Amino acid sequence: MARKASTALRDPAWLRALLLAVALGFVALSLVLPLVAVFAYAVEKGFDVYLASITDEDARAAIRLTLLVTAIAVPANTVFGVAAAWLITRFSFRGKNLLVSLIDLPFAVSPVIAGLIYVLLFGAQGWLGPWLAAHDVKIIFAVPGIVLATTFVTFPFVARELIPLMQAQGSEQEQAALTLGAGGWSMFWRVVLPKIGWGLAYGVILCNARAIGEFGAVSVVSGHIRGVTNTMPLHVEILYNEYQRTAAFAVASLLALMALATLMLKQLAGWRMRRTQPESGAA
Amino acid sequence: MRRARRHALPGFGLTLGLSLSYLALVVLIPLAALVLKAATIGPAEFWNAVTAPRARAAYRVTFGCAALAGLVNLVLGPLLAWVLVRYRFPGRKLIDALVDLPFALPTAVAGITLTALYASQGWLGRWIEAAGYRIAYTPAGITVALIFVSLPFLVRSVQPVLEQLESDIEEAAATLGAGRLTTLRRVILPTLWPAILTGFALAFARAVGEYGSVIFIAGNLPLVSEIAPLLIVAKLDAYDYAGATAIAVVLLLASFAALLAINLLQLWTVRRRSAEGT
Repeated sequence: MARKASTALRDPAWLRALLLAVALGFVALSLVLPLVAVFAYAVEKGFDVYLASITDEDARAAIRLTLLVTAIAVPANTVFGVAAAWLITRFSFRGKNLLVSLIDLPFAVSPVIAGLIYVLLFGAQGWLGPWLAAHDVKIIFAVPGIVLATTFVTFPFVARELIPLMQAQGSEQEQAALTLGAGGWSMFWRVVLPKIGWGLAYGVILCNARAIGEFGAVSVVSGHIRGVTNTMPLHVEILYNEYQRTAAFAVASLLALMALATLMLKQLAGWRMRRTQPESGAA
Repeated sequence: MRRARRHALPGFGLTLGLSLSYLALVVLIPLAALVLKAATIGPAEFWNAVTAPRARAAYRVTFGCAALAGLVNLVLGPLLAWVLVRYRFPGRKLIDALVDLPFALPTAVAGITLTALYASQGWLGRWIEAAGYRIAYTPAGITVALIFVSLPFLVRSVQPVLEQLESDIEEAAATLGAGRLTTLRRVILPTLWPAILTGFALAFARAVGEYGSVIFIAGNLPLVSEIAPLLIVAKLDAYDYAGATAIAVVLLLASFAALLAINLLQLWTVRRRSAEGT
């Protein structure tokens, strides 16, 4: 009467049905429904209203600002992420574990606190406030503050994606390139970058999504000046609070499209990363 | 020989200088501004700000809703991970990708969407209100938003452990006559606990600081449905920088405690594993 091992490892049919129903019901209610709702609410008053909402002057200013902020924060964190990952995975030095913990620190900080620390540093009442005012430099309630707050909250993404990957890959190929007479930079462009490519893309994609969507930290330092310091998420908030629900969801739908594109690219990058580095999964 | 070769790799000085100065400029110096500010507040004023009735109510709402959302995901997250790893059904890959939606969707978008869904005229709210309940603009709404943002943590921490679970232990349990439910409870669940608790702590740390997805659905009534991050913003708007800093310190300590718990847990797991190995 002994059952085969393979059937013993299968959950009974009723349990499978129950777990599947609970899981799919939960996913439908908490993930699919909100996603559908964003687009349904965005077009509830017709396509013309939708188009007008996303091409409105304030909306376009918000889109431009979000793209500008992202275009500064993401490359800066990418360069840092590659440098930090190289440092941490290729050299041994004192305080390395501390450095790794410090890189992860922004993830433990509430977005609101990320905004607060820059207000305490650069705000009118802040440590550097009087000096900045005397030199006519505006950081808080201006674009530089938004860039800084966004950079803070997206700080760890690239580094923390690259560190485990480069650790697993080891440095044999780099050693070989150097032995064959390659210079440092040529080794970086020709050996290191192709090797970490998809892992790097994975980190950049996540960093980019968070930079575009960041709300709390940016909200604290922005001052909400229409057309000047409003990013897309802040613009969504203002429209929603002014009872312009359709317009709010129209702009929100652009952000939701960005999120969907992020999920697709992330899936692609993850798949390519596993394919090109079959051994890294085991390490 | 190996060590000497390792040091031959170029770029130590460049990457060390770049990493440390960037880390200091973007993260450490601004965080030091917070610590310095906290140090200039007198102990009495600090204590009053931190223990004021409005602040205590905000911690209750924040920590209570974060813990409740974490507990809901503590059950549903591993369940979802189990279904995704062990069962084959159409649309599995799509759902697997969709689990990360809360990471990718901007929090403000999640916030207004959940509010619209659960408000009295919303797709879900009208049914819930017909049944005599209210979710939007109450702490229950805060919990709904926090369940959304913290869901991926509990799925993604458990999933890789399930994928690497050796089936021979399960086979042994089955051969010894254990029923499937007993095997789940006595064999599989114990190996998952460290991952589940790690996911819970990550989810809790994230939920405690969460702002964008919560403030739309919360109602934001002081003493009732005001979360601690919103109280920081309220104090900042009133130019009460000392008060905002004091609440921020409490919130940061809570997040750090959760993350410290993860590190201790991982240390303990590694020790237990190596003890079992010998």
